[in-house]
Amino acid sequence: MSELIRLTASELASKIHSGEVSAVEAAQAHLDRIAEVDGEVHAFLHVGAEAALANAALVDEAVQAGTAPASPLAGVPLALKDVFTTTDMPTTCGSRILEGWRPPYDATLTARLRAAGITILGKTNMDEFAMGSSTEHSAYGPTRNPWDLSRIPGGSGGGSAAALAAFEAPLAIGTDTGGSIRQPAAVTGTVGVKPTYGGVSRYGLVACASSLDQGGPCARTVLDAALLHEVVAGHDPLDSTSIDAPVPAVVEAARIGAQGDLSGVRVGVVRELGGEGYQPGVRASFDAALRRLEKLGAEVVEVSCPHFEYGLAAYYLILPSEVSSNLARFDAMRYGLRVDKGASAEEVMAATREAGFGPEVKRRIILGTYALSSGYYDAYYGQAQKVRTLISRDFAAAFEQADVLVSPTAPTTAFPIGEKVDDPLAMYLNDLATIPTNLAGVAGMSVPSGLAEEDGLPVGLQIMAPALGEAVMYRVGAAFEAARDADEGGPLIARVPEVAK
Amino acid sequence: MSPDSGAISRDEVAHLARLARLAVTDAELDVFAGQLDVILGAVARVGEVAADDIPPTSHAVPLQNVFRPDVRRPGLSQEQALAGAPAAEEGRFRVPRILGEEQ
Repeated sequence: MSELIRLTASELASKIHSGEVSAVEAAQAHLDRIAEVDGEVHAFLHVGAEAALANAALVDEAVQAGTAPASPLAGVPLALKDVFTTTDMPTTCGSRILEGWRPPYDATLTARLRAAGITILGKTNMDEFAMGSSTEHSAYGPTRNPWDLSRIPGGSGGGSAAALAAFEAPLAIGTDTGGSIRQPAAVTGTVGVKPTYGGVSRYGLVACASSLDQGGPCARTVLDAALLHEVVAGHDPLDSTSIDAPVPAVVEAARIGAQGDLSGVRVGVVRELGGEGYQPGVRASFDAALRRLEKLGAEVVEVSCPHFEYGLAAYYLILPSEVSSNLARFDAMRYGLRVDKGASAEEVMAATREAGFGPEVKRRIILGTYALSSGYYDAYYGQAQKVRTLISRDFAAAFEQADVLVSPTAPTTAFPIGEKVDDPLAMYLNDLATIPTNLAGVAGMSVPSGLAEEDGLPVGLQIMAPALGEAVMYRVGAAFEAARDADEGGPLIARVPEVAK
Repeated sequence: MSPDSGAISRDEVAHLARLARLAVTDAELDVFAGQLDVILGAVARVGEVAADDIPPTSHAVPLQNVFRPDVRRPGLSQEQALAGAPAAEEGRFRVPRILGEEQ
């Protein structure tokens, strides 16, 4: 195994920019690693080796010419979730209905990665149209968790998280509609950030639920996530919900945090996110995390968010409603699959959608169609939107008492592949702790907190901050990470077993 | 729980699938009806919250109309727009019959 793949993105970048290592070598080392282990892990749906090496060669030319790097991450390889459009690679969203589809334009996020000189290695596996918590709902087969190949890597961004944990890439991009960045990060021992809603452009991000979707950075360290955050975040006139405000200084915040002083920071423990329904090893890791935060000088207080317990119910009305509307665009007429069965457009549409969508997508479309139908609208969708208001108010009140809020990221560690795939409601419960932030549009991240005693699998600490309050969130995350690594003699990810072949 | 005992019946699921242009099979209907009944039973909990006087939230960030200067900017070419089409003819999307015989 090449040493290069064990480096953090920040370490790799400085070696590339100083000329010690070439970007082409860095890209090749990761492409070799993918060739070596991805048959087992299945993090990638598509690998674009040629384009990756071509980009890396451009970075090397610039370094040799003495030009300043295009960004602090120029030349560093990245795994991109297959839900962002790319003109030079297929974009499938894990669905048969988009098999082989080549989008005619790049997502704003894709364009920013390219402009930053980041090497896009390929597109990562995901639950179909980001609907799921295990990546088992991909039409192209599940991704496996590098910590234990018989277990799920989380979802929907299981491919991106597994690519990081298997050292196939030091950076990745995910999207988080109800936890799809944070929960995979938690169960793979990696770092994942859901920025404030509107913080990262959704232009060219194939929509799941437009009022909840948010792209964000994934990495193996908090600093790497911060560096990537600053590359992809920022106002985009092509996304009408994009926030026109400066990007929080998250890199500086991560560097300050790593110095290990959290005095003056108030950390709120959300009473409703923990306890019953959370695995004992998850609770124990969380309790240890709270003691560590206190040792760093943070003031730990308890806060109550009484409406969070209705978050899951509200989410599974709002999300399917938006899904049923958004996915109407897959009509077999302009792009994607067409099944020529029946004489009329309507019959062709129905046959195509039946063949092109998997069971979870169909369930959610039907559920959303129901929730929006006249006679049920007020009781379901309308009421869920009111609960959403109450959840936002809970956050507002809690953030008066605390600078950040914390909870376990997910109620359990990675579960075996197949365990919940036929029980939709059990699958939905994985997002219990991550959903409220999406409903309120605030920021959240998951940082590895340790291994659960009973199964030796990674546990994540969730840190939440107010809208555009990412700086304090990264500061706390980096301080926690530094303290954990120092106490435990190294980063958690160093303990991931070598992929068995 | 039998599929017809709760919030949603098999026939209703079939009707919704038709509205959503999903040609689901009988076997899928059997499975979905039971699963959707369980899910609806769980999400109906939102009704327990007293929220009569609470305004609804559609977006976490207040939405406002966004204008851009009324100037020409590049868009997709006809060729690009048609590149992914299942069928195209004479620079247009070729689609199956849209209107019925009697219309």
